[in-house]
Amino acid sequence: MDIYLPIAAISLDVFVLLALGGVVGFLSGVFGVGGGFLLTPFLIFIGVPHAVAVASSANQLVGASVSGALAHWRRGHVDLQMGLVLLVGGFAGSAVGVWLFALLRRIGQIDLTISLAYTLLLGTLGALMLVESSRAWMRDRRAGSLRRKLHQHMWLHGLPFKMRFRRSKLYISALLPLGLGFSVGVLSAIMGVGGGFVMVPAMIYILGMPTAMVPGTSLFQIIFVAAGVTILQAVENGTVDIVLVLVLLIGGVLGAQIGTRFGQRLRGEQLRALLALIVLAVAAKLAFDLTATPTDLFSLSMLGG
Amino acid sequence: MRRFRWIVIAALFCASAGAAAAEPLVADLTSHLIAITTGFTGTNVVLFGATEGHGDVIVVVRGPERDAVVRRKSRVAGIWINTLDVAFPGTPSYYAVFSNRPLDEIAPPQLLALHQIGITNLRLRVLEKNRSPEEIAAFRAALIREQQQLGLFAEEVGKVSFLGDRLFRATIAFPANVPTGTYLVEVFLVRDQKIVSGQTTPLVVSQVGVDAEVNEFAERRALLYGVIAVAGAAMAGWLASLPFRNA
Repeated sequence: MDIYLPIAAISLDVFVLLALGGVVGFLSGVFGVGGGFLLTPFLIFIGVPHAVAVASSANQLVGASVSGALAHWRRGHVDLQMGLVLLVGGFAGSAVGVWLFALLRRIGQIDLTISLAYTLLLGTLGALMLVESSRAWMRDRRAGSLRRKLHQHMWLHGLPFKMRFRRSKLYISALLPLGLGFSVGVLSAIMGVGGGFVMVPAMIYILGMPTAMVPGTSLFQIIFVAAGVTILQAVENGTVDIVLVLVLLIGGVLGAQIGTRFGQRLRGEQLRALLALIVLAVAAKLAFDLTATPTDLFSLSMLGG
Repeated sequence: MRRFRWIVIAALFCASAGAAAAEPLVADLTSHLIAITTGFTGTNVVLFGATEGHGDVIVVVRGPERDAVVRRKSRVAGIWINTLDVAFPGTPSYYAVFSNRPLDEIAPPQLLALHQIGITNLRLRVLEKNRSPEEIAAFRAALIREQQQLGLFAEEVGKVSFLGDRLFRATIAFPANVPTGTYLVEVFLVRDQKIVSGQTTPLVVSQVGVDAEVNEFAERRALLYGVIAVAGAAMAGWLASLPFRNA
């Protein structure tokens, strides 16, 4: 059954869209990543114009993250204080990111910058996470239930403006989450995603937050970043397709709830290893697209109307 | 300008003279509006008509003009990057030619070129001055290839079918991704390698109903549209989490 999308100006199969929303929602529920880094490429792949895909993904992220964050909230797995600090950094970062985006577009090659940034970032992150989580898994197997420290302390944690985050059992410098929020804000403005796939590993490895608190807190922060991006896109480019978003959301919100439940059953290391594999797979696909000989060297775009 | 005026006067004279005798060519569409609604998956419009005496019929459908940009990738340090582009301003977004016999049998090449009948005779303007003709030709071929793959450029022989020797019909297919705007459907009657009559009929492709309203709202009240989009998504997320609350 096909449905016509008014802003994208094309017809697509409703069930393909529902399934796509469901898969992305499931991932976001399990890992606390928004899934934008998967949704946007898939939408482009099935024929949605680039600009509409980016903007509508941001809008769908709002719904999916609200649903996911609420599910985590009810379990007490959202560190509100940490989320707010991240958000302050995030808003400042997206403002800088939007400016950077305009600059890159003026120079040309914004598409290339996005692809390269994705490949490098996802590849590095994925590899690091896979190594770490498999090591932790091995250690657990061998040592049984040996009591470990809550987290490693780094020199970064000792910076000034120390804050106590009770939920996460942390006493670290507020500059750290502020800086993290800022960098993710820049990335999400340039790459058009919520930034959860960067945020989640950074919260675990740099901030040292307990794994259980990470998805909920990350989703909480993504809600607001994605909302900001959606409104900006609607005003600047008029590329948010409400009908497309609605269909994606119906699949997405259900997927997110199931994903959250599924995530509770997995152990921290397993969760991280699985996310690492997905991140690596996307990086590999992007690297392949950049280097493989295209079937058609030419591409066509129609402007105006 | 003066020449244009003469053409108009000549055309008017011919039209009135033609009306006095029998019309050599009469044609019309089953519908002059293609309405794009939520369930739109493409549609067909039938062109039908009658000719006075023998002759061949050519139908040319042109969509609204757009600015097309064709880009070519090349390998730089192992990575494929868009390095060359050629802009074709004012390219028809839809172009279809139908006839009852092969075009080259019906009319001489000069005539086809003059009236831009056939994809090869489409005149596409090029902005770039410092490109070789071979390069331009490759980009032009790519544009046509892409448009054909999208179902937006078509050239088919035998699509115009005669019922007896006077009545004819042709089915024009519009895919789901048909560009919106005003289309022109030109019908030519060709006899002895000459165009003896022609007729132009407009066809409008437009979004109607809820889709048109959504589109208009998104353009006029962009900020409000964005806020509603965000609020709607947040609501949907909240609603979806309710059934799972006590699980």
